[in-house]
Order: sequence, then structure tokens, then C-alpha cells
Amino acid sequence: MPESELESLKSRGRIVVVGASLAGLRAAETLREKGFKGTLTMIGDEPYEPYDRPPLSKQVLLGMARAEDTALPRRRDIEAEWRLGVPASGLDMAGRRVKLADGDEVPYDRLLIATGVRARPWPNEAEGELDGVFVLRTRADGAGLARRLEAGPRRVLVIGAGFTGSEIASACRERGLEVTVAERADAPLVGALGGVVGAVAAEMHREHGVDLRTGVMVTRLEGDAGGRVRAAHLSDGAVVECDVVVVCLGAQRNTEWLAGSGLGAGPRGIACDAGCRAFGITGIVTDDIYVAGDVARSPHPLFGYQFLSLEHWGNAVSQAETAAHNMLSDSAGRRPHIWVPAFWSSQFGVNIKSVGVPTMGTEIMITQGSPAERRFAGVYGYQGRIIGAVTFDNARWLDFYQRQIEATAPFPPEFSNVDRRPEGGRPVPADFPDPSVPTHGPTVTLSGYSPADRRMTFTPARN
Amino acid sequence: MKQGILSQILDYANRANPYPLYEELRRTPVFHDGEGPYVVSTYHEIHGLLHDPRLSSDTRNRGAAAGDPLAGQEEGEGQLPPSFLKLDPPEHDRLRRMTNRPFGPPHSPRRIDGMREELRSIVKGLIDGLADGRGGSVGGDGIDLVEQFSYPFPVTMICRLLGVPREDEARFHVWADTLAASLDPDPDADAEQREKVTSSARMELGMYLAGLIEERRKNPGDDMLSQLAAGHGQGETMSTMELLSTAALLLIAGHETTVNLITNGMLTLLRHPDVLERLRREPRLAVPLVEELLRYEPPVQLLPQRTPLSDIEVCGVTIPKGAPMWLVLAAGNRDPQRFENPDRFDPDRKDVQHLGLGSGIHSCFGAPLARLEAQLALSELARRLHNPRLLDDPPPYRQNAVLRGPRHLMIACDDVRP
Repeated sequence: MPESELESLKSRGRIVVVGASLAGLRAAETLREKGFKGTLTMIGDEPYEPYDRPPLSKQVLLGMARAEDTALPRRRDIEAEWRLGVPASGLDMAGRRVKLADGDEVPYDRLLIATGVRARPWPNEAEGELDGVFVLRTRADGAGLARRLEAGPRRVLVIGAGFTGSEIASACRERGLEVTVAERADAPLVGALGGVVGAVAAEMHREHGVDLRTGVMVTRLEGDAGGRVRAAHLSDGAVVECDVVVVCLGAQRNTEWLAGSGLGAGPRGIACDAGCRAFGITGIVTDDIYVAGDVARSPHPLFGYQFLSLEHWGNAVSQAETAAHNMLSDSAGRRPHIWVPAFWSSQFGVNIKSVGVPTMGTEIMITQGSPAERRFAGVYGYQGRIIGAVTFDNARWLDFYQRQIEATAPFPPEFSNVDRRPEGGRPVPADFPDPSVPTHGPTVTLSGYSPADRRMTFTPARN
Repeated sequence: MKQGILSQILDYANRANPYPLYEELRRTPVFHDGEGPYVVSTYHEIHGLLHDPRLSSDTRNRGAAAGDPLAGQEEGEGQLPPSFLKLDPPEHDRLRRMTNRPFGPPHSPRRIDGMREELRSIVKGLIDGLADGRGGSVGGDGIDLVEQFSYPFPVTMICRLLGVPREDEARFHVWADTLAASLDPDPDADAEQREKVTSSARMELGMYLAGLIEERRKNPGDDMLSQLAAGHGQGETMSTMELLSTAALLLIAGHETTVNLITNGMLTLLRHPDVLERLRREPRLAVPLVEELLRYEPPVQLLPQRTPLSDIEVCGVTIPKGAPMWLVLAAGNRDPQRFENPDRFDPDRKDVQHLGLGSGIHSCFGAPLARLEAQLALSELARRLHNPRLLDDPPPYRQNAVLRGPRHLMIACDDVRP
């Protein structure tokens, strides 16, 4: 019997992975685990082998670990050819080649794009180049900021109180540094977790001595004669004197290198189907190009088939594994990426975890513990179902809430449970700044445990 | 009529090998025969329930008419308030958090690792002691590994951990033995007499600990009891009664389970001589081996004290509020839906996320210590016993179906290496 295309791919095909970070590495390991024997090329713009980013805003800033020591543990040898320190600069879909910035071209039979995101820079380029102004995304960023904190600045200004900004503020306080946090919204974390939880986060900042300014924007960074940042001007007229500024304004997707390639890539990421196959600009799915990690946008059946782009560590791992599996499978053997979103943060001594899509929630109900004690679990409701959950120092229960989300369990929850407090008796508005929710739609529930037997049950909407 | 499956599981005749019964049980993931407890035996369902806030660990939430054949088996805490094992949040969290402070990370990350040398020297002493009564060519009736090794090891460790002075350790052993025996009642013995002995041991131990706590409050050392007694500000301190409950919990829960883990481990190794030989050559195998052991022969077979606070549905069965439940960890650990070849003992198993130490907020408090004790004990036994063999297979078991393990493990060996 002649060898099938898939068999020849497995035995001597060429797979190229663009993006040598968490998603790229885990995909490569999964490919080898699943018996891929051909050539594997890892392309990365940073000169380092894959490393882990979460410690950069935590242990590294506390001086407990060095940025250089964050290499990701390897699950197995991947026998890859590494092209590190050279970014990919283009893609020839017809010719199946990745172009590199040094002029080289790498041909592929299957391509995985995992180029991730980068920190959004300060919009004023000259101000952003002042000495003492940082972003935090890469190992080099982490090492540079850690060195500067070690030197004992008089005041650190963190612009943006999302997770990264809050973690940096927390690390500064733990090191005894004065820190001001400027946030455009009314509280930290509101974009991810809403105003109810944001209010708790704001109290945590203030209790730990952070000078938290909300409802303000930084309008200008001012340097001294030596080109060092010395102050920031806020929209309320205040001036904050500081010698370190960390710009934490979210991320931008690394898709520019794909411009003109014909792939459906843009500022919001690269659209792909639930099996991680990239869409072309035609809206037609490709057969040989896959996407995983922060740069991907894929439809999730559990959340109204919205295209979710998730900057979550666990998503990168799961999507990479699914993409790798599907790259080596025929159409009947492919699996959907139906990972339920989840993330964690550690700040001001509290472990924050979340599952589902809290931002879709219109209401929140505290089901366990008490926000005043900084130990609680809350569930988010959307159109009568549980859509997300958050825990502060209560992470061991999260698995339960994930199952509730997967089963589209009713909201508000009707059950009694341990540690239900009087304030947990009724739902309150979740208070997201801009609740952009889709219209009434069908629901899908997930069942099964192993990736191979996970199933969806589709329940059409009633009119 | 055929004996009900739960009675069969509790029947001493099936103690040596309950696994075929568990296999039968798993065919009905939520088993309920009308009067008894709701018994959950499949991995994913147990795992889900261990993280389910609708389940209480406080048996005071049980309905009055709850019919549970394991109900009323006290765990030696007597008149003390419930320990955190039997409490729900927030009390559970408060007590466990305070107990953890002098025990593990983040505040005491080096406590367990710092005991490594002490563990090693206790193991060494006990194995040296085996040389005197060894079986085989030198004569004698063989070694009872339970009496001579598995039993004294953890109780000595608990003494050192709590800070019981060396000169009192012997008394402590006697009380611990008596309380352990009460967990494992001999059905033929005089129940009244036994209860008398048990309650007097419990009383004496309580008095002793209370005195020790007083002493440690005056002259604190770096032991756990001193640090627990001292409290640590933040408005969190344990009352003396809570402290006694906690100390009793650490003693009872940290003792019997570890005895069984080590004994089950040696029994399993002697039944798999190839693995024993590998362990002798590669002591580092002990780490994955103990994990597989916790899956294959868990010292706690089932959790009998969960109670739902609401009606909950599991696998299509509604378990009513207040009904007694059993979560059969040992059955979940052999669920073929979760583990490939579940009845095979395979220390190389990569995906070994067992239920042997529970999961969720009540997951085994002493896990890091138990793991280290078992790893050191088994690797040292493997290294030092020359040509060890089982004299009695299956060995006689304890009565207890929950904390299951051999009562004696008679072995022989040709020599004890230095």
C-alpha cells in the first residue's frame, strides 16, 4: 500500500514553528511526542531559548530569581534546528516558505505561527525612550527593570493597573519602594474582573501603601537634561515625580510580518478555526498553517462562538498541544481547542485566579467567603447562566466553577455551599466599564474528560 | 441473597484484596442501595466532588436518619472540638492556615527538608535493629516489618516534629499505639475494656500535650508545637483546645496512614521483585514509585464523612441534602477511564495524578512529610536488605477498611547490609 501523505509528513516532512516561546516549545514537544520524525525548525526573534514570562513580574522583580534563570523546563528533547535572534519577516503561502529578516528562507510542509504579543509601547516615542521608562514583556525587560529596582529608585510610577501593572506595584511595595499607580478606569483590574472585584483590588493597593490614582491618564512624561525621566503629568493636573516609569498598557499582537501574505492576520491576531487552522483573508481555512498562543483568535462554542484571543499561559500550552495534534491528524482525528479560559495572578500576598469569561458577565455573586477578608469566590452571570468565576485565595474550588461553566449551570446559583456569607445571598451588577456582550444565542455545553472524548451538546435558542 | 457490595467491602474476609469489589462498584458510579450511603467510585466524579463547595466535611450537617455503617467510628479526638479535618471554611481555613505556618511554605519552606537527616538517622537505626532478629539463614522467625519498622518510624517523626522531648518519646509511643489500636478494633475483644483503655490513653495524652503546650509557651523551641502555641499576630491565634485538637489530628492522621503507606509499599515491592531490584540500584526511583504506590495501594481507601448541603446531581443520580457519602479514593485510583492498565503497578507511569492524598482544600496536610518518609524508608529497605522475601502472602490485615494495611508483614532476608 502506498504511503499516505500524512505518513510521509510524519516520517520526513518539514515543520516550521515561528515563535520560540511557551506555545512554540510545547507544540514542538507534542509533535515529537506524537511521532513526528521529520525536520523541525524553531524560529524566534529573541536570542534566548524558550523561557517563562510569569516570573518576570513577580520573583524576578523581588530579586528572588534572575531573569536569566527563567528557562522553561523541557518535557523532552525536540531535536530541532534553532534559528534564534532572527525574526520572521514574511510568509509566502503559495511557495510554503517563511522569510527571515536576515534574507534566509525556510521551506515548510506545515507551519505553526506562535509569534505572541509584545508590550504596547508608550505612545510618545521620544518620551518612551527616556532613561528609566520601561515596559515589561521580555527577559531583557525583566532584567533591566529588576536592576533598576535594585538600585533603589525614589519613586516608581506604574501606568495601567491591569494584572502586570498591579503585580509590579506589589513587587515594588514588597521591596519597600514608593510607588504610584495611574489607572484610567475607576479601579485596578476592572477590565478583566469588573468593578466589584476592582474595588477589592483598589483596597489591596492602598492597604499596601500604593499611591493609587484612578480615573486619570498620564498625559506627558518629562525628562531631565540628562535624558532621564524625572516626572509624569496627569490629566487631573497633578505631577508625579518619579525616576522609574513602567508602562503597562496591554499588548499588541505580532502579526505585522504577515501583512500582504494573504493570511487573515491583523491587530486583533490571526483568526483560526477551532482546530487551530489559520484563516486566509478569503475566510477560507488553510490546510497547512496553524496558529497557537497569544496571537491566535479562535471561536469558542461555549462562549457564543466568539473569537477569543487569550493571553493566558494555560491557553498557550493547551492550544499548542491541540495544534500539534491536528497538524499530524487527518480530518476525522482532529480535535477542537475548547480549553476553558483560566488565568492567575499573585499580588499583595493574594492568589487571584479566574476561569471562564468574566468579561461577558453582567452580574456577580459572591458564593464563598468575603471580599472584606480578601478570601472569596465569586461567579459571573450572563443571560441566566454562569459564565465565569474568580477566586481570591480560594483557588482550590475553581475546578467546581469551571464545571459549572462547562455545563452552563444557572445563574444565580441555586445551591447552598460551605462558607456562604450573608452578602453572598444575591447577585449584584458586575460593573464592567463597557459590557459589550453578544445578543441572545444558542448554548453549548461541554462534557467528557479526556481531549479525545470531549463533546459539545448544542441547545438551540428558544425564540 | 447475595451480600450487598458495601458489606462485602467492609467484610474483613475481603481486606487483602478489595480491588475486584471496587471494580464492580465502579459499574455504578454513584451507588446507593436504599438505606446506606451514596458511594462514589469513579475518578472524575470523585475529583469533582473533592472540589465541590456544596459538600461539607462537617458531619454535623448530616441528616438525623443518615444510615452509614461507618458512622460513629471516632478517630480518637474524644472530647476535643473538631479538628480542621472535620470542619468547613472559614474555620477550616483559619486553623489549617495557622497549622501550616510553622510546617510548610510560604512561611516555613525548609521545615520538612530540614528533617531529612533526622529521618535518615531514624531509618538507619531501625534497619540496624532488624539485623538482630533477621530471618533466613541466621534463624529466628523472621522480621515483622510493621512492628519493627513501619510503626515506630512515623511516630518518632511526629514526636520530633511536635517537639516531644526524647525522654518522653517512649510514653508517647504507648499512647499512640493504644489510640491506633482503637481505630482497628478486634471484634473478639471485650469492647468495654477496650474503650476504657482507649479513653484513658486519650486522656493521658491530652493532659501530656496540654502540659507540653504550657511548657512551650514559657520556653519556646523551634518545634511546631512551640510555634503553634506562640501564634503569630494578625489576630490569629489558636485556643488551647484548638491546639490540642490540632496536635491530636497531626498525631493520628500522620501516623497510621504513613505506617500503611510504608508497609503497603514494601509488600508491593516484594510482590514486584524487578521493581525492588531497580529501586536498590536507583534510589531516585523512590520519588515516582511512591506516587504510583499512592495510586495503587492508597493508605486511605475511602473518605466517609462528606455530606451535601444541597441536593446535588452526580452522573444522573440526585444525592439529597444531608445524605452520607463515601468517596472511594482507592476505586477512583484504579478507574480505567482515567488510568491505562490501572491494575498494573508501574513506577514509570507518567500520568499519575492519583487521589491517594485527596484533593481540594482537605488534601493531605502532611503529604510532603509522608512522601519523604516513604521515599527514604523504601529506598533504604531496598538498599540494605539482602534478598528480602515475603513469608506470608497475603499478610494478615488490620480490621479497618478505611485505613487499610497489613497488621503484620513477616519477611526474611539473608543479611542486612551496612
